[in-house]
Amino acid sequence: MSDDVKENEDVKKEETEDTKAEAPKISFREKIPYQAILLGGFALAASTLLATGNESTQAAIAERLREDLLSSLEEVVPQKTHSNDLLEDIITLPRADGTEATIYRGQKNGQVTALAYGMVGQGYAGAISVIMGVDATGEILGVRVLSHAETPGLGDKIEVAKNNWITKFTGLSFDNLVPEKWKVKKDGGHFDQFSGATITPRAVVSAVTKGLNFYKDNKEKLLEVKK
Amino acid sequence: MSDTVNYKQITVDGLWSNNVVFAQMLALCPLLAVTGTATNGLGMGLASTVVMVASGLVVSLLRGLITPHVRIPSFVLIIACLVTLVDMAMNAWVHDLYKVLGLFIPLIVTNCAILGRAESFAFRQAPFAAAYDGLMMGLGFTFALTLLGAVREILGSGTLFANAPLLLGDAFAFMELVLIPDYKGFLLLILPPGGFLMLGFILAVKRLIDNKVTKKREAKEETAVSVEEALA
Repeated sequence: MSDDVKENEDVKKEETEDTKAEAPKISFREKIPYQAILLGGFALAASTLLATGNESTQAAIAERLREDLLSSLEEVVPQKTHSNDLLEDIITLPRADGTEATIYRGQKNGQVTALAYGMVGQGYAGAISVIMGVDATGEILGVRVLSHAETPGLGDKIEVAKNNWITKFTGLSFDNLVPEKWKVKKDGGHFDQFSGATITPRAVVSAVTKGLNFYKDNKEKLLEVKK
Repeated sequence: MSDTVNYKQITVDGLWSNNVVFAQMLALCPLLAVTGTATNGLGMGLASTVVMVASGLVVSLLRGLITPHVRIPSFVLIIACLVTLVDMAMNAWVHDLYKVLGLFIPLIVTNCAILGRAESFAFRQAPFAAAYDGLMMGLGFTFALTLLGAVREILGSGTLFANAPLLLGDAFAFMELVLIPDYKGFLLLILPPGGFLMLGFILAVKRLIDNKVTKKREAKEETAVSVEEALA
């Protein structure tokens, strides 16, 4: 690194010697306005480039994000439960903690048959966000983890790609499993924890439980079909 | 700085003797973050290579305009702009790969190796030589990332190139290997401290190889000298 600096000084020296030989005055390149114009010009060129890039990729990126959302919705709400486009029927309702939940509703024959919405649990290393699908009777159609920052190899067994633990929620409801049992086994509940990681599954179970309570509290609004 | 460009020297420097990671010890932040698996390392290396070639080319083309006083902010601006363009292009057109690497693409900006090459090479070389240097430095970086990723992946989870088809397409599914079936995993190596430890071991091996090579060369030179003396 020190060599580089030295070389740089050499370059500078050469340059000043050159300009001295040509003209006694300092060349325009050495003056402050040149540096300002140069940096300003670069900033302008960079922002133009980025604006053009954004313009030409925006539509494609939006389309990709839509596909992503749809594919994760389809994981928790099976296609056969509804006949409409889940992204077409969207309502928002406040969660118990005051945040807004976006609910994607599946309909069949004019009736709401499936609901999909996100819930957040507090994991070992930050928020775990899950998306869950529930049918009109409050039975879980599926749960998937959308994002988390849990320890690889320990807590990441909540991903369906690593372990089938998350699929065990499917088919459960407050009717066939009493609310008191919605805990991990260590806390006297129904669900397995992982060896070496209890906080992570506990967070997911609590997020799903919150989700079912959300259904219970807002049942009428969730199933209401506006004509 | 000579006028003739020694491409062989650039190649050797970039890939081995002045390797970004193994010799310059730069870019350790993205290095430790992504090398949990060989595939991630390879993807990050290739993305960085693209940025390095482009930034070398652009910096070299503009070196007549840029004065030494404002060179650093100019370089940072150029590199950040290029990385953002790569980020957007990948998100739009290779979305599946972007989902794997997306988090790490903005990290390329923090890769001081790119700024280092702009400063110490591209700023005073012809465009083609600068781009070539970027390519070789990038490939050397890719080599380092893939090697470290491979070692950590084999020892940490018993697989090699897991999820390679996501990066390279389904034709490369054969690269996905399970080397140790029913392996319980070695968590330390998957976590960042394992990256540091493994990097240390790899550096030690590189030093050993370098020492051997120099010794051999010295031995050869000695014999050459003694032969000359004998002839004289």
